[in-house]
Amino acid sequence: MSLVKIISGNVAAAQAARLSGVGVLSAYPITPQSEVAETLAKFVESGELDAEMVRVESEHSAMAVLIAASTVGARTFTATSANGLTYMHEMLHWAAGSRLPVVMAVANRGMSAPWTIYPDLNDTISQRDTGWIQFYCRNHQEIVDNILIAYRVAEAVHLPAMVCYEGFIISHTVTPVHLPEPEIEGFLPPYEPLVELPGPVPWNLNQVVLPDPRPDGAGEVCPGYMEMRYEMAEAMSRAPEMIARAGVEYREITGRSYPGMLFTHLMDDAEIALVSMGTLAQEVELAADMLRKEGINAGAVGVRVFRPFPARELAGALANIDRVAVFDRNISFGNEGAVATELKAALFDGGVSPKLISHIIGLGGREVKTAHLVDAVKEILRDGETEPGPRWERLSL
Amino acid sequence: MAKTKKVAAWAAPGPGDAGKTGLWRTQRPVVDPERCTPAKKKNDACYICWLVCPDGVISRGQGPEIDLEYCKGCSICAEECPVDAISMVDEEEA
Repeated sequence: MSLVKIISGNVAAAQAARLSGVGVLSAYPITPQSEVAETLAKFVESGELDAEMVRVESEHSAMAVLIAASTVGARTFTATSANGLTYMHEMLHWAAGSRLPVVMAVANRGMSAPWTIYPDLNDTISQRDTGWIQFYCRNHQEIVDNILIAYRVAEAVHLPAMVCYEGFIISHTVTPVHLPEPEIEGFLPPYEPLVELPGPVPWNLNQVVLPDPRPDGAGEVCPGYMEMRYEMAEAMSRAPEMIARAGVEYREITGRSYPGMLFTHLMDDAEIALVSMGTLAQEVELAADMLRKEGINAGAVGVRVFRPFPARELAGALANIDRVAVFDRNISFGNEGAVATELKAALFDGGVSPKLISHIIGLGGREVKTAHLVDAVKEILRDGETEPGPRWERLSL
Repeated sequence: MAKTKKVAAWAAPGPGDAGKTGLWRTQRPVVDPERCTPAKKKNDACYICWLVCPDGVISRGQGPEIDLEYCKGCSICAEECPVDAISMVDEEEA
């Protein structure tokens, strides 16, 4: 049995946090995320959720509260967007470096200036080197599913995770969403922090300045900063296996299947692949269907997890492809879209070298229709060889 | 607990790797034994300063002692003392 509710993406995120049995919440309102915090506050107020909701004056403080709460053994959750997320940036590094499995929903919003409240992925792409696992959602249902899976993975590898979904496109639209209640009970084992703080003697956590080598709390000599960063990288590399394992268990409970790091569609005999992330990962599948009707052997690949980056999986999926069109709803200024640049590196390591074009599309919520993707691919095929560098789609200069 | 030692920066309170960090101090905490609960009552009590000190330089004596070689003068102990027994005094005047 599962409960179907007709809800927005933001409410779906709040419902998932409730289902995870979160113990401490802290958030600061920002469009388009605010409804997440409002909904959670209502759950706490009504008694539906037995959690502590800590009000703060900024996102930086919200994350600091969760770092403290997670350190002493609470399951924690917050949500933010764009400028709030970047204000939190220092604390994102701190949460990851302290190996705390905080889970956060991010309703993606374009970065200012100029102001926009509408979505692109530059806010979370800017956080890719903080040590957080990053899931990207194609639709409302995936917000619920990814948040629950994110807790499972984060608490297993002791790294924080953000679950990203485009603002307004998902955050403020409403669809039927399955809430796995009550069958989700037991999916998340009780959270055990990495360091159990002892009662009688106080310990230093992250003292200034850490000796190298250093005595740990029991007085044993341990390696210092660089070895701890290595352990973080190792933990991140264990995440794909945990994501796959959690996906299998989640399917057994809910019947909904997640393949792991990527979504693939019509890739078995495809000659050209459309690759994207977030809501556009759904759109590229529809575009591939349309291209097939016109006799073009297209397939689609959706990047579900951006950190850790699914390099091997992508090189495998694109091993027999002649052409790749990457649709990035983000831009790394001075280079191309983030998915395109990372994908190129993955293909190099995989020994695969299709022609790859980085298409920049939909920044600041600029509308993307399936037909736009189809047109972009047909244009590339018509033009043959193209100049290196990103192609900006649907510009009106 | 063995699994934790490599990956988290936890340590028994003590001097760090930055030498005698007491040199960083501009103000020092001074305990008033007339007000301090364990000093006044001559028993093991309170010890909030010992608990909250981020560098673990405060002892649990009956009348806590502060290791000024490593106390950075952050004043958290003075702020948290429930009976206002700790005051921060400028180093030039101490």
